[in-house]
Parts: sequence; structure tokens; C-alpha cells
Amino acid sequence: MRGRALLAVAVALVVLAVALTRLSANQYYYFAAYVIFQYVVLATAWNILGGYTGYVNFGSAGFFALGAYTAAILIKAFQVPFPVLLLAASTVGGLLGLSLGYLTLRLRGVFFSIATLALAVVLQTLIVNWEYAGGSRGIYTMRPAEVLFFGNYVEFLFVVMLILALGALATARWIEHSWLGRGLAAIRDNEEAAECMGVPTLRLKLVAATVSGALMGIAGAPFPYYVTYMEPASTFNLDYAVNSLAMPMIGGATTWVGPLLGAVLLGTAQQIATVTISSALNLLIVGVVLVAFVILAPDGIIGLVRRRRGGRHA
Amino acid sequence: MFSFDLLLDAIVAGILVGGFYAAVSLGITLAFGLLNVVNIAHPAFVILGSYAAFVVNSGFGLDPILAGLLFMPVFFLLGIGVYRIYYASFEKRGEESLRGLVFFFGIIFIIEVSLSLQYGVDYRSVHAAYIGDSLRLGPIDLAFRLAIPCAMALVLTLALHLFLSRTFYGRAVKAVSQDHLALRLMGADPVRIKGLAFGIAIATASLAGALLIMIGPVEPSIGREYIGRVFAIAVLGGMGSIGGTLVAALILGVLESLTSTFYGPSWAPAVSFGILLLVLAVRPSGLFGRAG
Repeated sequence: MRGRALLAVAVALVVLAVALTRLSANQYYYFAAYVIFQYVVLATAWNILGGYTGYVNFGSAGFFALGAYTAAILIKAFQVPFPVLLLAASTVGGLLGLSLGYLTLRLRGVFFSIATLALAVVLQTLIVNWEYAGGSRGIYTMRPAEVLFFGNYVEFLFVVMLILALGALATARWIEHSWLGRGLAAIRDNEEAAECMGVPTLRLKLVAATVSGALMGIAGAPFPYYVTYMEPASTFNLDYAVNSLAMPMIGGATTWVGPLLGAVLLGTAQQIATVTISSALNLLIVGVVLVAFVILAPDGIIGLVRRRRGGRHA
Repeated sequence: MFSFDLLLDAIVAGILVGGFYAAVSLGITLAFGLLNVVNIAHPAFVILGSYAAFVVNSGFGLDPILAGLLFMPVFFLLGIGVYRIYYASFEKRGEESLRGLVFFFGIIFIIEVSLSLQYGVDYRSVHAAYIGDSLRLGPIDLAFRLAIPCAMALVLTLALHLFLSRTFYGRAVKAVSQDHLALRLMGADPVRIKGLAFGIAIATASLAGALLIMIGPVEPSIGREYIGRVFAIAVLGGMGSIGGTLVAALILGVLESLTSTFYGPSWAPAVSFGILLLVLAVRPSGLFGRAG
């Protein structure tokens, strides 16, 4: 699809979402849709570094929680307006991605992955020890009593997260079709060869790590208002780390459509499963499906579809 | 408030815990350092070992260390099985970097969630007559629940060192890490050797898990705290050096113990990450690796 057509679809979606909030539907649907949109942002963000560049980030939960805590603390300290929260959370997330990348992306890819694994544990330690941020007891955030135009705050957050998801997808699609995306793909396919051809590999990897971190941070920014009570154990939950890499891997990690597909499928399935079966069991299913996909369908659902089509032509 | 006794206690406890850390990290040194298989799921296998020891200890009253030793062959076979899948799905196709990591991450998740579905998220512990006792040596108090795991870990480290340096298969494992092709030319099968070594790496997790649950109660997600630790130790120890692993484990144990004594135990998990980042930034080859 052309860019302009996609833009029209995106605008139509936002208009539709705003119209939906006019129908006073069950609040649960807004809550559920918010979670799915949030996963679209996280999965897309992960994919910019993981899928396009081939560097695996296991610390998505840390980036997400950092964004959420940045917002919660700014609200507590200064009653900061909403757009500033988004800006601050994405800045902090981007800086974290940049600095972690600067320390480890010069080495073999596994070291970056290992550092991100440990990162979430350390950030959680910092928050647990920080009295002002609520420590392990958690922190309460009051939603503003009124919000312009929308009937209530959850409906507002639902539309905000939709816009963030569309923004993340647009960013990913732009990267994919630009010089940046081609450079990243060259790194993924053969980093040494790319380096020899004059691709500034370290700089491109740092850009990808920064953009990815910023998007993960921004995904966390509305979280304090969404839950109103945050505590470290659930904000740093492994679910975020697993889902934000499982969704692109299952959807297909080489294009922006993959994370979207994975997030919508897995996110919806999990929303239904958490209601009907236990949430632990549904995470077990995600784990098993993830392992099955990396072994049997390395290019995800998109790869399967392409293979099918290719087979028919042959 | 500083006191000499407190410092001495912290250092002794650090050395004992550090010795135990060596047992947890040996499997990483073997798999990551020598075989280049980035098994981030190793701590999860250690927790699996803890639960195996817990089940036979609470069911039949079997001594936890004996249980850890008894399960080693089972874990060995499990490791060979995991390596076979890993090899056929990723290594053979040259896709181990991205998908292999995700594969092991999925395994962490499957082990952790399965354990919490089966046994709940409560802390579990083992019972043995000697666990509560301690030995008093002058000013130093040696708690058996720390000293015995440390001693067992030293035995395991020594055994692995002897295996790698003295036996035919051990030397073959070292050879496979140095030169795949040369080993093949000598008539040995690198895949079989790597499978064997990976099996041994997972087998150490059985004993390490039994030691872990002796030191303190265990719940399914506790393994995550060890991911930073084991990789910090493996990298600091110079990737693939058994002696280096032991020294690095002792250093980390003492630093963590000092941190939790003087700043509070909630800061201890940050120590390993700090060391890991520092080593990666300053000297990626570790204390005992070749420079460069």
C-alpha cells in the first residue's frame, strides 16, 4: 500500500476511535484495546533494533517501566501536563538505549542482549530503593478530574495509545524504506561486509537503539494514569519483555507489518485468555508458541504466508 | 557505623557465597565460553535443579546434595536433548545469534511458568539435619548452610578442571572451542563433542540448584537475579577459563556481601550489573582472557 493510502487509513482509525468513545460502551473494551495498542508500540519498538538490525533486546520491561516511572514522578513532583510526559518518557528511554548501546554495541551482539537482561533487574533495584518513587510499596497517581472533549479519562488514554501505536508504525515504516533501514538490513545480513562497504555500522546501531528505547519509554508514559497504582514487580513484569519480542518474532520480524500482526493476534488472544483461563497458563502458551515459531517458522506468520504464495507460483 | 567484626563477617560470607556462585557459573563458562552457545536459560535450569531437590527431599526425605548428584545424569541427557534441538534448528543454519537467543529466552519462560503452575509462587526450602548448624572458628562463624554449598562448589570446580585438562573428552571440548575444522580433520565429530559438553554444563545446574535451595528458600522467578551474576562472572573470568570463573565468582561474592552489609541487601543485585558493564566497557576479555 502507498504511504498516502496508509495515512488515510490511520486518520480514519483515529476518527473511528473517537467516534467509538461517543457510544457509551462497556469500559472494559477501552481497557483491553489500550493494552493491545501498547503492545503494538512495544513490539514495533523492539523490532527496530531486533528485527531490522538483529540485536536482541531482552530488557523491554525495563525501558517501559522507566518511561512509566519517569511519568509518575513528574506527575507527583510537578503535575506536569500530558504532552510533556510523553516527551520526557521518550527522552529518558532514548538516552537509556543510546548509553547502553554505546557501552555494548561495539562488542559481539550477545553482550548487548546480556546487558539488557540484567538491565531490568538493576532498574527495578533502583526503584525499590527509591523512597520518593514509592519503593516496593508502589506509587499512586491521581487522574485529572476532567479531560477536555472526552467523557472520561480511560477513553482519552485509549485514543492517545492508538495515536502512539500509529506513530510507532509510521516511524518503523519510514525507517524501513529509508537509507537507515537499508543500512540496518545490511548489518543484520552481514555486519563485517557492511562495515567493509563503508556502512557506519556503530552509528546506525546507536540510532536504532535510541529510537527503539524512546518508543518503549513513550509506551510507558500514560501507564501511571492507566493503572493509577504502580508497583515495581508488576511494572517490570517479564510479560512485557516476552511479549515485545514474541510478537514480532511470531508476526514476522523483517517488516513493520509483522509486529502489528503479532501484537494484534497475541494481544487479543491474551486478553481473551486472561478472562477465560489463568494468566500464568496463557503466558506458558506464549512461551511454547514462541519456541515453536523460532524453530519451525523462523520468518513468522508473514514468512509462512510468503512461502505459501511462492509455492503456488512455482 | 563501622566495625571490624562486621567487615570480617561480610568477607567470610562473601567468600562462601562466591564459591557457590562458581557452581552456578560453571555451566555458562562451559556453554558460552567454550562452546559459544549463549545459554541464557542456564539459571532457569539451576532453579529446575532446586525444585528437583525439593521434590525428593520433601517426598522421601533424601539429602539435598545427594538429590542434586542423583539428578545429574537426568540433566545431562536433558542438556544433550536441548543442544540437539539448538544445533538442528539454529547452529546448522548459521542463525544462532538472533533466534538462538530467543529460543533460550523461551525456555526460561517455559521452565519458570511451568514451575509456578505446578508448585505455586511460594518460597520452597529443603530440610536436612545439618543445615541450621554452624562451626565457630575464633571470631568467624561458619554457617553450614553456606559452607557446605561452597565446599561442594569447589569440588565441582576442581572436577571440571580435571576433566577438561586430563581426559580425552575434556581436551576434545577445549579443541572444539579453538578449532572446529581441525577437530573434524582429526576424525572427531564436533557436534557430538559439543552435545556432550553442553550436557555436562546442564548437569552442573542440577547440583548447583540443590546447593541454591540449601542456602535459602527458592521460588520460580529467582533465576532472573542470577542471569546478571553468571554472565558478569563468566565475562570477568575471561570466558571459558575454569580458574578464572572461580576467582571472578569469589570477587563478585565478596563485593555483593560488602554492599549488602554496608548499604543494605536490596542493593546487592545492582553489583553484578555494574561489574558486567564495567568489564564490557573497559576490558571485554576479562581478567584472565587474552587481551584484545
